[in-house]
Amino acid sequence: MQMAAAARPESATRRSRVKGQSRLMSERILESLLVLSGLVSVLTTAGILYVLAWETVQFFSEVSLIEFLTGLEWTPLFADARFGILPLLMGTMLTSGIALVVAVPFGLMAAIYLSEFAPSKLRRVLKPALEMLAGVPTIVYGYFALVFLTPLLQSVVPGLSGFNALSAGIVMGIMITPMISSLSEDALSAVSNNLREAAYGLGSTKLSAIFRVVVPAATSGVVASIILALSRAVGETMIVAIAAGQQPRFTLDPRVPIETMTTYIVQISMGDVPAGTLEYRTIFAVGSTLFLMTFAMNVLSQRLARRFRER
Amino acid sequence: MASYFMQTQRLSFAVSCVVLATAATFTGCSKNAAPSGEPAAPSTEPGAAPSAEPVADRVIAIDGSSTVFPITEAVAEEFQKENRAKVTIGVSGTGGGFKKFCAGEIAIAGASRPIKPTEETACSAAKIEYIELPVAYDGLAVVTHPKNTWAKSLTVAELKKIWEPEAQGKLLKWSQVRPGFPDKPLRLFGPGVDSGSYDYFTKAVVGEEHKSRGDYTSSEDDNVLVKGISTDKLALGFFGFSYYFENKDSLKLVPIDDGIAENGAGAIAPSHETIEKGSYQPLSRPIFIYVSKQAVERKEVRDFVGFYLNEGIKLIEEVGYVKLPEDAYKLARARFEQRTPGSLFAGAGSKVGVTVTDLLAGK
Repeated sequence: MQMAAAARPESATRRSRVKGQSRLMSERILESLLVLSGLVSVLTTAGILYVLAWETVQFFSEVSLIEFLTGLEWTPLFADARFGILPLLMGTMLTSGIALVVAVPFGLMAAIYLSEFAPSKLRRVLKPALEMLAGVPTIVYGYFALVFLTPLLQSVVPGLSGFNALSAGIVMGIMITPMISSLSEDALSAVSNNLREAAYGLGSTKLSAIFRVVVPAATSGVVASIILALSRAVGETMIVAIAAGQQPRFTLDPRVPIETMTTYIVQISMGDVPAGTLEYRTIFAVGSTLFLMTFAMNVLSQRLARRFRER
Repeated sequence: MASYFMQTQRLSFAVSCVVLATAATFTGCSKNAAPSGEPAAPSTEPGAAPSAEPVADRVIAIDGSSTVFPITEAVAEEFQKENRAKVTIGVSGTGGGFKKFCAGEIAIAGASRPIKPTEETACSAAKIEYIELPVAYDGLAVVTHPKNTWAKSLTVAELKKIWEPEAQGKLLKWSQVRPGFPDKPLRLFGPGVDSGSYDYFTKAVVGEEHKSRGDYTSSEDDNVLVKGISTDKLALGFFGFSYYFENKDSLKLVPIDDGIAENGAGAIAPSHETIEKGSYQPLSRPIFIYVSKQAVERKEVRDFVGFYLNEGIKLIEEVGYVKLPEDAYKLARARFEQRTPGSLFAGAGSKVGVTVTDLLAGK
């Protein structure tokens, strides 16, 4: 703008002064708008935390924390109400665990290929293509698990229910694979070439250079990507709500219907539990647990990623 | 961080829409969505309010039992062909429907059991009077996977053994139900606790309304149950007969023996005949709509209920239900004409094995 003003000699100084004032004004307005929009998300977060904490505290005034954390039965809606979150926690861990079993090897191998082997032209095509998997709506994944993968697996796995943790977990693994591959690839590519060359200089083959030098050097970044993917899996809702079932069950058997924490929240918000009742507050207690878990994982992952960047 | 929770919240609504949408093509999620820009229909009734009434008033909001839903949906579809009013139908279960009904949020509640004392209290506290209208009979079908070769019939006592609260965490295998059944896990599916089918089943089988084990797959959406049972060889479940009727090919009925010879000896499977004759006991029952007296002031609600009790009953068998005897409909129409408030069940909840005609006639 200044340059434009200077280019016009005619009464340039006056105009620029006026312009300068109005610019100052508009900049201020703009700045406060930006602050405001920043505040919106901060305040929203604060509001959510407040509601979450408030309802959770009320929940725990009626249910003991010990029962909540150690009980093996979760039947808050039934006449004989039990409030042990472990079955829901187990459901979440089971599906997320299966997802990791799928996503970690595939994601890591894809990352190693992209970073160490793929020609840069191919990588420029492959990486976004892989990332597209993360853009598929989760409802599509959910039905993919329910109507395609489950019937397929039923012909192989004996005793597999129509709703089960296995196919939901596998599909969730496919969903989070690009998260691991993409972030790990960044970590691997960021490993200094000096290290690779030093390894070759000492007579390593390409494979031993990768697995002995490059991958260990990128460990914190890789682990950060896995934790981030895990936290995504833990919070995933649609796939498990559709394909994993709605029965809180304390089991590690991946063949039977289970219920995750997110599915439970869905189930209750779908039904008509009146606000202000204990049943209603269960979803906040479950939500808080979920929040604490994903929060801890995200913090951990950020720490690791920072450490990796500092290297 | 917090975005994870926000996401969960947002998705939870989305998923409820989606899960509901799998049921059929209805408007479970468009809570009282007012039709925008729809011109007010010309009034056909002499002396009716001029067409200046707000458009939103022309929406007839209905919610409640998923068992009554197929009938109401069919009736609403026909009704909307001839009338300008818009009918929205949700499926929150009977209990969920009454919660909304007694909060004055909806005009009509579908119910697969009579109103309960607690719900009556809620309604009268909100000064909401209702007209109770039985519309059809329904049987609760007990079903398995089509490849289940052993459960050829079950007795009421066996059903009780399976579903009573004491069975929770203990009765987990088919062989525990009856010696000779395979030593394999028993996977149970049933309606959610907000559902009238749940209330009726627990009353008729367990003996006490709203008491059962809690470790089974429970869903207010009967289609989820159909999907679960039809894809699991070890499954056993129950829901309204019409959902069986709609999915005959992927499910297998289990005949039920109540041990009472007067109702027909041996195990009896639900069918239109056995439900109508009352020999499918104890699992057949009348289902209802509850109409808010305040809402009846509105012409479109009056028209809709009138349509329901006349043209509507022709659709009942089409969607897999059993018609009440003609006398019962006459009495129900009279009840509606006279705006008779209150429940025939005196707020006592489900009664097992009653005939609607007797009830309506005040016997």
